[in-house]
Parts: sequence; C-alpha cells; structure tokens
Amino acid sequence: MIDKPYYSKKVIEHFMNPKNMGEIKGANGIGDTQNLRCGDVMKIYLKIETKGKKEIIKDAKFQTMGCGHAIAISDMICEIIKGKTLEESLKVGYEDIKAEIGPVPSVKIHCAALAQAGVKAAIENYKSNK
Amino acid sequence: MPQVYFDYASTTPIDLKVLGEMRPYLKKEFGNPSSVHSCGQRVAKALQEARKTIAEFLNCQPAEVFFTGSATEADNLAVLGLIRAFESKKKPHIIISAIEHHAILEPCRFLEKEGVELSILPVDKNGIILLSELKKLIKSNTLLVSVIYANNEIGTIQPIAQISKIIKEKEQELKTKIYFHTDAVQAANYLDCSVKNLAVDMLTLSAHKIYGPKGVGSLYIKKGTPIQPLIFGGGQEQGLRSGTENIAGIVGMAAAIKEAGSPKAKIYTVKVRQLRDKLIREIPRIIPAVELNGSLEKRLPNNVNFSFAGIEGEALLIALDQKGFAVSTGSACSSHNLESSHVLLALGIPEERTHSSLRITLGKDTAAKEIEKFLKVLPKVVERLREISGYKIK
Repeated sequence: MIDKPYYSKKVIEHFMNPKNMGEIKGANGIGDTQNLRCGDVMKIYLKIETKGKKEIIKDAKFQTMGCGHAIAISDMICEIIKGKTLEESLKVGYEDIKAEIGPVPSVKIHCAALAQAGVKAAIENYKSNK
Repeated sequence: MPQVYFDYASTTPIDLKVLGEMRPYLKKEFGNPSSVHSCGQRVAKALQEARKTIAEFLNCQPAEVFFTGSATEADNLAVLGLIRAFESKKKPHIIISAIEHHAILEPCRFLEKEGVELSILPVDKNGIILLSELKKLIKSNTLLVSVIYANNEIGTIQPIAQISKIIKEKEQELKTKIYFHTDAVQAANYLDCSVKNLAVDMLTLSAHKIYGPKGVGSLYIKKGTPIQPLIFGGGQEQGLRSGTENIAGIVGMAAAIKEAGSPKAKIYTVKVRQLRDKLIREIPRIIPAVELNGSLEKRLPNNVNFSFAGIEGEALLIALDQKGFAVSTGSACSSHNLESSHVLLALGIPEERTHSSLRITLGKDTAAKEIEKFLKVLPKVVERLREISGYKIK
C-alpha cells in the first residue's frame, strides 16, 4: 500500500530547496553510507567545534543520491543537528525528523535510518581523526 | 499548471468516442446479458458485437475471446488455468522470459512454490530473448511458454512468430504439446496482433492501455486449449469466468480496439515515433552520462527509457512532477517496492544504473511543443539533482 500523499508538501519543499546540500570545505567529520537494497548513497559533512568541554556541530551538509524522501530527510537531519553536541546528534532519528517534516510513507522510513547512519559515520570519522 | 502526461504505458486517458459508446450501457441499457427478457437480450447483443470486434482485431473466432476484469486476471487465467487443466503424473514445466510483467511472473512464482518447474528464459543486453536458449530449455514436460510481446518498462519487442516456430519444431521432436502465451498489453496499440501471424495459443489484452476504460481485459484462448476457470459462479464466458459481464467496460474495450486498428491510429503512430526519436536523439546530446535502456530498433514507438548517472529515478520523477511532467521510473508497480527492476537487471545493467532509470512513454495526444518544453526542463533538473548528489561527470 502506498500512503497518501506519497510526497507531502513539506517533503517536497525540502527536496526542491535543500538548505544544506553540498560539501563543507575543511569539514572535520565526513561519513559515507549507503543502502544496498534501494541503492541510496549518502555523504554527511560535519564541521565540529570544541567549546569548553563540549564538542558542538557548527555546520552540517549532505550529498545524497536517493529519492525525494532521502534528500529531504538528509536536509532535515543536517538542520536538526546543527548546534547540538555529538551525543545529542547521535540520538537524532526518525521521530525528530517526523516532528519537523511529518510522517513519510512506511517504505521510506529506512531513509531516516540511513541519514542517522551517515551522521554516526561522520562523527566516528571525526573521532578517529582527533 | 497543466500536467504534461508522459506515462501512457501505465495508463491512457479514455478516448471520447470510446466514452460515447460506453455511456448507454451505464444507464439506459443496464440489463444483464444473461437475462432472457429483451432488456437483457439487447445487452447480450452488444456483448456479442464487442466480442466480434475483438475477434476481428485478433483474427480469431469470437468464441475464442474471453473477457476478464483486467489484463492481470487474463494473464493469471492463462497460467493458472492451464496448469489446473493439466492431467498427467509428470511435473509440468513452464518457461517465461526474464522480463515478464508481474502479472505473469508472480503466478509462475506461486506455482513454483506449489511444485511446478519454472525456467527463466534470459534476454540479451538489448532486452531481446535468446532464441538459442529457448531451444535448450524446452523439455518433454514443458507445458507452457509465456513471452511478453512488448515490454512495459523498456518497450522491447520480442520475435513472437519466431518463438512460436521454435516451439512447434520442439513439439514435433519431443512428441508433446506446448502451449504458447503472450502478453500483448503494451503491443496492442502499435503491433500486429493477429494470432494467426503470431501463432500463439493465448494472448492477453487490456482496455485501459489503448484509450479504453480500466477494469477490463481479455484473453484469447485458441480452441482446444485446456483451461480451467479460476472464478466459479453463474458460468459466464463459457464457464471460464463467472460474474456478470462489465458491459460498459467491454463495449468500451471493443471501441478502443476498433480505434487502435483504424488508419487514424497509423497516422498518430508515425507522429509518436518521430517525437520519441527526438527524445532518444536529443537527451544524450544535451545531458552527459545518460544511457538508453533496451534495444533502439526493436522498440515500441512510444517508449523511452534512460538511466541518468548520479541520480535516483524517483527523485527525478518527483522533481519533474513539480515542473509539470508526469513520468515514471520503471513500471508503475515498482513504486510499491524498493528493489531494482527485474527487467533492467535481466539486461545485465549494473544495479546502480537500474536505480537511475526514467521511463517516458508517449501517446496519441503528445504534442511536439510538450517535447520541446521537456527538453528545456530536463537538463536543469538533472543538473540540480547531480549537484545534490555530488555526482562528478567522469
């Protein structure tokens, strides 16, 4: 069954005009992830800064080859994690994305998991580079 | 913004003439064709006429035409009905091409689980079945071969008459009877559907792909072909498909078939082919890193299917939808799951390219200016999505 509407207005908005697409020059955390089943490929760039004891995500960008939902979700997760600590960012998942752009069709929920994996990979990359 | 419709392989708008012919059977002539009174008999006459029209198109007897609720049902009836009628201790063997529609593939997979032997006939990189492989696959217990006449995703046309010839030779050699079915749903608008020329035992048609209504299909079953029904009841359609006939739909299907076989259709086919050729020629010229999927020559005149490197097909579809164009990724059915198209994979296309495919199918109402407009919009949309994916042209 296909949920209706398949693409909500909010998802279309983020898909057509993503604010956080592209690379970050001088990113200190880069995460590659992909879903072999649906073929989506995602790259998350993070600029992480240390403020006192805290490590904060100053900027986040993405490059995604995926469907409209995957692109909108990539954009949204970057938006959400900006300003958050690494620990907070690792907890961001579908529920947080849903709160911003509304529910996505059940077959597309895995796009959120992919974005989450992308953020995790980027943070791990940052930690290993430290 | 009015939508430009480029998805005629998924469905077509109803022809106004067809609609006009259907109308009386929705209200005024509402009778049940099985009724003995004149109200029913007038409708029975219309049913008879419709059957005759389909028979003329197929070059067969009216009694060999069976109406169903869809082409999917007709495909299921061909496969499951034949197996059900099979009387032998031997395990029956079915051969289908690797690029069948789900309406054939799924009942065959179901039968395989029930113990029927299933072989998949491979295709070459252009999407044409390998005749030499067919020869090898046919065995003494082969009961059915089913090959789609023209594919729904890439529009490739199979050499049905040649396949039939091979089957006949093998029948003689193995002293057995093999039934040959073809799904001609996409072919009906553009190709010769004479069952005599094609030499098939069964052939499926759909109304809504040829500017007729949805909810009606038909199966040609050559006289003498053993078939058992899947639906039981009042014994309509010579007992093969019970249920009161969808008269308006059937009348509409006949009207649509008449149009498909008319000289007018030949004229729009020429136009459609020219527009398709323009797309096939121009898209690779104005957009880098694109590849045509399926044969260029043995292809329906209305089908275009390209893969765009670095882009996921559905993203392209949605972006084009926002710009006012209705296109598709593979088949309309593939939007239900995430897996790669089994059709594109069968051609040996790498998995990542299968996710990047876009199907553009034209129809009789497609205008040259719509093609122009599309060719202006497409490069920008592709460029934008490649920017989002970070794709670099090699």
